Amino acid sequence: MMNKCMSGNEAVAYALMQINPDVMGAFPITPSTEIPEYFANYVANGQVNTEYVTVESEHSSMSVCIAAQAAGARSVCATSSCGLALMYELLYVAASCRLPITLACVNRALSGPININHDYSDSMGARDAGWIQIYAENNQEAYDNFIMAMPIGESPSIRLPVMTCMDGFITSHAVENIELLDTDVVRNFVGEYKPENYLLKKENPLAVGPYDISAYYMEHKVQEAESMKAAKARIKEVAARFAKISGRSYSLFEEYRMEDAQYAIVLMGSTAGTAKAAVDKLRQEGVKAGLIKIRVFRPFPGEELAQALANTRAVAVMDKSEGFSGNGGPLFTETRSALYDLKDRPYLIDIVFGLGGRDIKIEDIEKVFLRLANIAASGELGPVYTHLGQRSKEDVK
Amino acid sequence: MSTVYNLKREVEKPVRLTGGHRLCAGCGAGVIVAGVLRALDKEDRAVVVNATSCLEVSTFMYPYTAYMDSFIHSAFENSAATCSGVEAAYNSLKRQGKVEGNVKFITFAGDGGTYDIGFQSLSGAMERGHDMVYVCYDNEAYMNTGIQRSSSTPQFARTTTTPIGTAQIGKKQNKKDLTEILVAHNIPYVAQTAPIGNFRDLHTKAYKAIYTEGPCFMNILSPCPRGWDYPMAQLAEITKLAVDTCVWPLYEVEEGTWRLTYKPKKKLPVEKFLQLQGRFSHMFQKGNEWMIEEAQAYVDSKWERLLEHTGE
Repeated sequence: MMNKCMSGNEAVAYALMQINPDVMGAFPITPSTEIPEYFANYVANGQVNTEYVTVESEHSSMSVCIAAQAAGARSVCATSSCGLALMYELLYVAASCRLPITLACVNRALSGPININHDYSDSMGARDAGWIQIYAENNQEAYDNFIMAMPIGESPSIRLPVMTCMDGFITSHAVENIELLDTDVVRNFVGEYKPENYLLKKENPLAVGPYDISAYYMEHKVQEAESMKAAKARIKEVAARFAKISGRSYSLFEEYRMEDAQYAIVLMGSTAGTAKAAVDKLRQEGVKAGLIKIRVFRPFPGEELAQALANTRAVAVMDKSEGFSGNGGPLFTETRSALYDLKDRPYLIDIVFGLGGRDIKIEDIEKVFLRLANIAASGELGPVYTHLGQRSKEDVK
Repeated sequence: MSTVYNLKREVEKPVRLTGGHRLCAGCGAGVIVAGVLRALDKEDRAVVVNATSCLEVSTFMYPYTAYMDSFIHSAFENSAATCSGVEAAYNSLKRQGKVEGNVKFITFAGDGGTYDIGFQSLSGAMERGHDMVYVCYDNEAYMNTGIQRSSSTPQFARTTTTPIGTAQIGKKQNKKDLTEILVAHNIPYVAQTAPIGNFRDLHTKAYKAIYTEGPCFMNILSPCPRGWDYPMAQLAEITKLAVDTCVWPLYEVEEGTWRLTYKPKKKLPVEKFLQLQGRFSHMFQKGNEWMIEEAQAYVDSKWERLLEHTGE
């Protein structure tokens, strides 16, 4: 093990080098561009066996990964924002062909208008594509999550692609001191990719990607759904194994000061750092505040989340993407659905914030907790779905 | 193997596209695919790639595949990228000693999947230089969705999106010359062919494309009885007429050198080809003679240009 200062992008590229995948589809888009850039140097210096395919679009990047993985090769790529949107059709193909590709998604707001900064509109748009989605709070988690991705997705009982997500610029470009595992430890942990059947297997030709009529399509989709459900247990198993080599423990979500919390915030990614500071401050003031950081969004840990929130009085889900459902952001609708089965449900509101990289401060989070306390005290829920941090017409004047 | 073409020897090879697929009788696609795959040496394996197309939905309907070799289909517009992904996997695994034997990579896509929606993917794969063959079976419209015009549809042709009306009669634009665009990619081998006669032309070109290192492209005319509107028994006749009228000349460009591979003894007038097909029937109505004249002038100018390239 060694400590090193690295950006999130470099950390993922370093993990990629340690894993030494067979094929990489490479195409630039801000802010994930550095991942294929760093990796190109590993290729140029002969440090990896990877066939590095410099495609002409993200669409082809995912197409190359699908084909290569089907052919028997462990395949990877990285993208952001519009790049992920361009892959949209193929994300479904990858998942339905049961190809455990790994994609490093560096989250960035979707156009339009064009914006290069962070929110989750890109990967949230792909949330129903059949990919496992794991989100990182910081550079260490970005590195760790990527190393855990393949043992999760490639497991014969799962066989689903995995998207590891980190916050664009905030995580991808900020440099932090992180702990790197030894390469032989990583390679041993990840293991070799050994699919049962693949296109290049000599003994048994394989056909992939049929026209699947209604007599079969539903069975295939149900199998895919069952695998997504089974992935929860697999993610926990892999995390337990990872804790043994790294000393770092992970679960489906992180509970921060939740043991006796009356007011809780549910959010994802790097905002958790800001929220933890707010929780600490409020705890000093005697407010029983707590935080849940969702790490695994697909499969969604609904039952576990409901249990974790069962004893709270009021909860705010903070969505860093607009779902345009007219009914709250995607994290909110999932959370509200998860809480439905609780006998005594806490009050629940949704706050959409940080779109296109709009900053959020500790004081903003404190205000959210204050609002939760007021709701609990008054019994008045008020507006359920609101936005935070945008200027009003008066402000603009 | 001997490079001298011998039909008897070729047809005695085990088939790689079996019967029982669901393509229409009188369709060129199955004939083309079987013909191209026949050019593989017996001991070599292939991975066949399809774009979404009539061909794909007719040859691999779950749980039955008509291909004896490994096969992958992923989407409509990405068959070239898909083929390059399989080739990339092969290179990586071969380097690591994880795959045995010789494997060839052959993509089949229609004109919609090649001239139009798959064009970027094709251009990218050719530029990157993957060792693969891309075969366009060109039936000059989106037949799988019910005969809509593509950029390969010839001028005046009737399709469901270029109907015959009073304000507009068939397709306005000329056919895109994709073969020449591929020549401009400076790849090792580009060929235009058709399944005519004893398949010598198609076979020889397929063999060259498969066994030339690097990206190779074949554009193969593929009549469609539904879209072109002809009796299915006329497949061979129509294909031959396309070639003998010089509507679809047979040529190849090998390492930049153009070569005409078939010159009709007598270049037939274009209406010989047009008149057998319902999609052109309006061109033969009174008052529309100018259409046939324009079609003839277009074919003549393209043919003259080709002869200049090939130095005939």
